[in-house]
Amino acid sequence: MYVAVKGGEQAIDAAHRLLAEERRGDRSVPSLTLAQIAEQLTLAVDRVMNEGSLHDRELAALAIQQARGDLIEAIFLIRAARTTLPRFGYSEPLETRRMRVKRRVSAAFKDIPGGQILGPTFDYTHRLLDFSLAAGLEPPEAAVAPTGLSTDMPRVLELLDSEGLIEKPSQEQGEPGDLTQDPLSFPADRDLRLQNLARGDEGFLLSLAYSTQRGYGRTHPFAGEIRVGMVEVSFTPEELGFAIVIGEITVTECEMINQFKGSAMVKPQFTRGYGLCFGQSERKAMSMALVDRSLRSGELGEERIAPAQDEEFVLSHSDNVQATGFVEHLKLPHYVDFQSELVMLRRMRAEASGDGQTLKAAE
Amino acid sequence: MNAPAYNFAYLNEQTKRMIRRAILKAIAVPGYQVPFASREMPMPYGWGTGGVQVTASVLTPDDRLKVIDQGADDTTNAVSIRKFFVKTAGVATTERTEEATIIQTRHRIPETPLTADQILVFQVPIPEPLRFLEPRETETRKMHALEEYGVMHVKLYEDIAQFGEIATTYAYPAKVADRYVFDPSPIPKFDNPKLDDCPALQLFGAGREKRIYAIPPHTKVKSLDFEDHPFEVQRWNEPCALCGSRTSFLDEIVIDDKGARMFVCSDTDFCAKQRDGR
Repeated sequence: MYVAVKGGEQAIDAAHRLLAEERRGDRSVPSLTLAQIAEQLTLAVDRVMNEGSLHDRELAALAIQQARGDLIEAIFLIRAARTTLPRFGYSEPLETRRMRVKRRVSAAFKDIPGGQILGPTFDYTHRLLDFSLAAGLEPPEAAVAPTGLSTDMPRVLELLDSEGLIEKPSQEQGEPGDLTQDPLSFPADRDLRLQNLARGDEGFLLSLAYSTQRGYGRTHPFAGEIRVGMVEVSFTPEELGFAIVIGEITVTECEMINQFKGSAMVKPQFTRGYGLCFGQSERKAMSMALVDRSLRSGELGEERIAPAQDEEFVLSHSDNVQATGFVEHLKLPHYVDFQSELVMLRRMRAEASGDGQTLKAAE
Repeated sequence: MNAPAYNFAYLNEQTKRMIRRAILKAIAVPGYQVPFASREMPMPYGWGTGGVQVTASVLTPDDRLKVIDQGADDTTNAVSIRKFFVKTAGVATTERTEEATIIQTRHRIPETPLTADQILVFQVPIPEPLRFLEPRETETRKMHALEEYGVMHVKLYEDIAQFGEIATTYAYPAKVADRYVFDPSPIPKFDNPKLDDCPALQLFGAGREKRIYAIPPHTKVKSLDFEDHPFEVQRWNEPCALCGSRTSFLDEIVIDDKGARMFVCSDTDFCAKQRDGR
């Protein structure tokens, strides 16, 4: 009997209907709304916007719901939608100095101009399950600060810069590249590396960053400053010729201070690593800053020996949409190639036993 | 939030122009891997996004499309890609090789000889034939530029030393127009002879790796080998159990749990044609 898979079309349709039903779950439980996801699963939405490379909370919420909470699948949905969008230009660079800060900490100084602002953070919570949530209790309202915060907070690294203790920010000139419009080639400049890291998988970057702390390309980092808050996005329409504010977004910025570099010409200075993400994504921004610094080992004249310093390795494997596609494509039929291997293996074994030999390894 | 409206064959015209430029360059330099700004597609990387982008860029409303995976039109991924183009481009489709103007394939070249008015589009996972010998793109690009293919011959020689023959059975490297060594995608080496002097245009798209390459019609494609170990293809001891063909690539089908097997054509259209006496 011929048992090869037939009727792929019907099978696919039926599988999609079953998937939709599984996604919905028990129909006696009310369906989630996009507002619930966007308002209450905010950090999941932030991650999907970051790695999906598209700032749209509502679309990200839809993607999370459609993906049954699988964030890499949601990121994939957002990427596939994003790629079809018309592109009408690039915004002006964000001025994070003028951020409306919600949270801002420095691990390098005890106090800083503008103050340390703890803001909404898990950092000092005790990780005990909160059964009042399960009971459906509303939390008490948050306290309001007695005075408003400055909207012009100097960066901690600027304080070091005024003494010449840290290298100048990157002075690369010209338009930044865009790896969604041009294929990435190596060696890649820092603009493209940072873009790649901003879109990169949080888990992958976290592990790479962790590896640098454990000695695989150590950079001796200090969290110079992490700030989270709203920044204005400005855009210059061609017909106007001057920049207009088109909205405000929440971003997380991390500036790492790393161990020095000096030469006969330049006195020793701290070096920089930089991370910037949509939303409140501190783990991602910090990992990005550590990996950014590691990837600068070439330009800083350090020996490149660790995975996090190897730009081909890092940039080629950071994208989780690419990674998940290629790993999971092993589910597709490979029986033609497998058949080719079977034919060869059987013949080699037959030849081997014909010679009176045995191929123990192949048994 | 607006539901987006999609262009003919999904990609916007700007993207298609970019891909067509890459295709033209690929045709001008046979076997050379042209980098292109591959887009995210609504199917996963590794599932044919390169082939789909190439097909979308060369497709016209008058085309008749055939999609195969493992030689068969009804494998799930072939069905999925065919449905994608029916939905986004509304083009006619066919399962008959001779009726198709564009054939997108994964892992096979049809048994029915192709003609000058056809385009064969291959889905490519890893376009770089040297990748498993040298993981760095910066190095392999240099090796291609210098035509430095010694490592590939060493690899094939090591196979002979270890196994008594070249142990590569699919994605078998070949040289295009006496210049570039290329990866014909994971087709069985059985199909390599069909690449040579083919009247149809052969396009290769690797979406995740962002590369396009091409074999223009009637281009010389020579599978790598040695004088004393000439290139040869797989052979089966029995004919296809359904159509009796002795010339086609056969899939092995396990038909019970006692290890009984039957062998049938992997090219389902060719097999049906033999049976119908078409």
